[in-house]
Amino acid sequence: MQKERPLSPHLQVYKPQLTSMLSILHRGTGIFLSLGAPFLVYWLAAIAGGPQAYEKVHTLAQNWFVTLLLLGWVFSLYYHLCNGIRHLFWDVGRGFDIEDLYKSGWMVLGAALGLTVLTVILAVGRMGGA
Amino acid sequence: MSLRSPLSKAVGLGSAGHGFSHWWWQRVTAIALIPLSIWFLVSVLSLIGASYNDAVVWLGSAFNATLMLLFVFAALFHGQTGLQVVIEDYIHTKWLNLSLLLLIKFAAAALALYAALSVFKVVLGA
Repeated sequence: MQKERPLSPHLQVYKPQLTSMLSILHRGTGIFLSLGAPFLVYWLAAIAGGPQAYEKVHTLAQNWFVTLLLLGWVFSLYYHLCNGIRHLFWDVGRGFDIEDLYKSGWMVLGAALGLTVLTVILAVGRMGGA
Repeated sequence: MSLRSPLSKAVGLGSAGHGFSHWWWQRVTAIALIPLSIWFLVSVLSLIGASYNDAVVWLGSAFNATLMLLFVFAALFHGQTGLQVVIEDYIHTKWLNLSLLLLIKFAAAALALYAALSVFKVVLGA
């Protein structure tokens, strides 16, 4: 692209809708999950690295900001997973009616939030028991 | 009348000639990641509060090591395809576009290798 030309679609002229918001969220969670990949590999390397390296990850995970990141990754993984399944249905040509789009959209959002809450409850329970 | 098959007319189109393969492998890894992600989340949850030795024994089993590497490889490949689309959509400065595309591909390859060597080390040591 040689010249500054307006980008389409002009997001600012659209009313925010569930469908577009969820679409943006799919991209957003995808990018955010990619940023988590180095941390996942760092964790594996720490298990290979020995007790001291592992302890360092353990301490790091208890930092409030890192805990917040982990919570974000859990929600992102659930959301991207559920909405990804919604995408796969679209890929085979199903679920394109407006009514279905909204129904599946709310289902995906509800499932992702519900699974995140369930995971947090289970995680807190395990931490308390440890 | 053309004697070319419908397939030969469709293959290799698009600006880069490999758009279908990109789309296809994104779906293949997406489907693989459905069971792998669920396994990963359940595993990490069960490892909360585990000691270092528990973690080593867990990752040292050939079964868990295999699933972990499948998860990591599928996730890195899938993430790399997704980031490529985002970069192609929003970064229109030629040199920056190319640099970022190379960066995510090199980073994915390096992370995959680092993960593989780490998991191998645990499996062989356990």
